Amino acid sequence: MSATPGLVQAARALLLRDLRLVWRRRGDALQPALFALLVVVMFGLALGGEKKVLEDFVAPHAIWVAVLLAGLLSLDSLFRGDAEDGSLEQWILAPVPLAWLVAVRTFGHWLTTAVPLLLVVPVLGEFLYLPRAQLPMLMLTLLLGTPVLSLLGAVVAALTVGLKRSGILVALLALPLYVPVLVFGAGSVAVSAQGLDASGSLLLMAAMLVASAVLAPLAAAAAIRIAQG
Amino acid sequence: MTLLPDTVAPGNAPGQAFAAMPPLQCAAMTDTASVPLLAAHGLAFARNEEPVFGPLDFAVDAGEALLVQGSNGSGKTTLLRVLAGLLRPDAGRIEIEGRPADPARRAHAIAYLGHLPALKGELTVLENLHFLCGLHGRRPNQHPEEALAITGMAGYEDAPARQLSAGQKKRVTLARMWLSPAPLWLLDEPYANLDLDGINLVNRMVSAHLRDGGATLLTTHGAYAAPPVRTRMLELGGAA
Repeated sequence: MSATPGLVQAARALLLRDLRLVWRRRGDALQPALFALLVVVMFGLALGGEKKVLEDFVAPHAIWVAVLLAGLLSLDSLFRGDAEDGSLEQWILAPVPLAWLVAVRTFGHWLTTAVPLLLVVPVLGEFLYLPRAQLPMLMLTLLLGTPVLSLLGAVVAALTVGLKRSGILVALLALPLYVPVLVFGAGSVAVSAQGLDASGSLLLMAAMLVASAVLAPLAAAAAIRIAQG
Repeated sequence: MTLLPDTVAPGNAPGQAFAAMPPLQCAAMTDTASVPLLAAHGLAFARNEEPVFGPLDFAVDAGEALLVQGSNGSGKTTLLRVLAGLLRPDAGRIEIEGRPADPARRAHAIAYLGHLPALKGELTVLENLHFLCGLHGRRPNQHPEEALAITGMAGYEDAPARQLSAGQKKRVTLARMWLSPAPLWLLDEPYANLDLDGINLVNRMVSAHLRDGGATLLTTHGAYAAPPVRTRMLELGGAA
């Protein structure tokens, strides 16, 4: 180990720490997936389990909303723990850019909260009679969309990290930002279900991912600096 | 004393643990001695138009300690946070080795010990230190295990940090300072929560750090003995 850490070394240390923390609290790690499962069950119950309605109109949209809400619930834990125990101070003082650490932390958060969600999506699909043919497209849109949700969420989490309890404020700030991702994500599945070409909206989602991957860590880092000042 | 493990910690024998240390690797020490490691010119900070401290002028040379004294609320913590770069001063400038303190220069020159330990309760002591070394870098030839032994925490390597007392957590953060490659230590109330042996430990660590060409700023509200080294004093009055 050299005297001054490089970007890769700092990223590896942070990722390793986050994975260890998730492993120590692995019960908590299942919660977003269970929450999404319950939301989907609620949809099914509320709509009376009508197979025709579910498979034609509801399934992909309900799954998208369930995944989005589950991600929203885990947002508050993104920086709050590190703010409370003083870790964020040490991040700011580290010889690597704060935005880089924020990006790595957000990636780790996506890896440990969104990926388990993606793994249960096929099960959620069965609950709502999602036509099997639509599953690959749904997974593709979620794979492109959930990192965008995490990155936008990182900005919101950073903005609210200075508050004692952010609670519903996180949802109020994040949900409007999530609208385009939801519209294009669920929209692509609906479009391709009708046999049309969805590549336009998929490319748009990829563009959102690239833009937010570059800009969101910078914005979140600036917000953290203000909150820790 | 009850916080310490039964075996006598290596740090308890004065000079023994420190004698084996390699010198600090920092380029500044080979420079001309006339340039102070840290200098502040007309440094002032205000919160909501209410002055907290300053304007202050001071300098700390390599091999020197600056003891910042003052009553509660006199701005000691704020001063250290400004120097570390966590807060922006309202006036004045800070120089590190004669050049303006930008974030990159700060990150390489400064190690900061604040009120919060920056330890994750679920991780073991050693895992915490490995992570912090990955973030801040590590002095060559120094290892977390040895640093824990020096700070009297040998035997606690695999204990989850949440099981430690406040004083033991302070000792772990002192081990982090010991591992840091930065020549300038900013210690905010380093004696808080420590027993007599711990206070001694801080003084011996600071002495060894200064002997190796580092410098230290430490705050205290005056109730403790200062380290037996070349010490400058900075008295912060109240806002009045």
